[in-house]
Amino acid sequence: MEYLRNVTSLSLDPSLCKGCGMCVVVCPHGVFLRSRGKCVIRNRDACMECGACAMNCPPGALTVNSGVGCAAARLQSLVGVKGVCNCDCTTSCDGE
Amino acid sequence: MSDGDRASAVRVSPKLTIADRMGAFRVRWGIGRMRYGVEPGLYALGSPDADSEVLVTANYKLSFDTLRRELSGGDYWILVLDTNAVNVWCAAGKGTFGTAELVRRIETVGLTGFVNHRRVIVPQLGAPGVAAHLVRERCGFQVIYGPINAFDIPAFLKDGCKADPLMRSKTFTLRERLAVIPIELVAAPKFLAPVVLLFGVLGGFTRSGTFLEDAVQSGITALVAVLAALLAGAVLTPLLLPFLPGRYFSVKSLLPGIAMAVVVVLLRGDAPNGWRSLAETTGLLLTVTSLGAFLAMNFTGASTFTSPSGVKKEMKLALPFQAGAAVVGLAFWIASQSTG
Repeated sequence: MEYLRNVTSLSLDPSLCKGCGMCVVVCPHGVFLRSRGKCVIRNRDACMECGACAMNCPPGALTVNSGVGCAAARLQSLVGVKGVCNCDCTTSCDGE
Repeated sequence: MSDGDRASAVRVSPKLTIADRMGAFRVRWGIGRMRYGVEPGLYALGSPDADSEVLVTANYKLSFDTLRRELSGGDYWILVLDTNAVNVWCAAGKGTFGTAELVRRIETVGLTGFVNHRRVIVPQLGAPGVAAHLVRERCGFQVIYGPINAFDIPAFLKDGCKADPLMRSKTFTLRERLAVIPIELVAAPKFLAPVVLLFGVLGGFTRSGTFLEDAVQSGITALVAVLAALLAGAVLTPLLLPFLPGRYFSVKSLLPGIAMAVVVVLLRGDAPNGWRSLAETTGLLLTVTSLGAFLAMNFTGASTFTSPSGVKKEMKLALPFQAGAAVVGLAFWIASQSTG
């Protein structure tokens, strides 16, 4: 399943990529592919901005504004309510 | 290594007791929820030795129980990180299941005293919080990312720590969707009860009988409408998610929302006559559908594939429509109840 098109903040700087393939391993939605010794973005729209790839990219070639894709959390932060989330995020859902 | 070191790893059984299963049920239904944890530290499953693999998990009891159940029959070390009893993925998103805690826990339990190798198997969904290269740099342990689901671990280990692409993809199957529906339902009444009350009070002023009679009558209509919206947005939309048209959750909710609104219209008791009937029908359609869409949008948080940028966009586009439709629907409904 895929969510909205053309929204992800994910970006990959090919000049920094050393082709280690960690992003291919950690991405839960098959966004990346290794091709000719470099990692490339194969399916941008599948990205959910979890941040696993950027966290595990040793040369820092990947950047993404990661966070939780949760409307309830966002809404609660907009109206200034904190910590009433019923998900496992418990106390620190800030929607950002 | 001395016996004293070994004694500091807690023995644990791969078998789940009735109490474990009851606990899982209670957590899923939000009964006495919030903290369902186990003590962080090192656990011995079966009879692990210095060559046995170390599997890392969170101190959320559901995560821990699933892991030990799936590893049953084998000999493993289980390293439990302190995530404030939050599951691996959510905790990784916040960084509590992260590089710092993993390195600290490896050191505090004295893992080098238990195993000869220098590798730990971390669930792939822990990767948003763990930087494998930094863990190696800081404590010498290699992080191997294991499969997403605990039930794939035996196959993963058997295959020399290799995961096929399917093991690395986060799904959102019917079973997984069913598991997260109850908590959405349990959470809903505290937000929906005020809506029912408001309708009741408004109805008390607008109808022809005594205030109480009318308030009860309107309250019942509102209750039915709210339950229909809840069924549409928090049950039917999640259940049918992959089959509903649209990418926005609010759009996906439209078919179930309209269907449930039609059911409510058909179920209503003493429908008013003439233009009032049409006004009431319109009012119910708009309110049920918009509330259903709002609830469906809130389900993004329970899904496994929505991005914060996407959710931001959906809210910006859909909220005005939802609010607008609800207000207009409410106006129609109030007009239909008036005696004038």
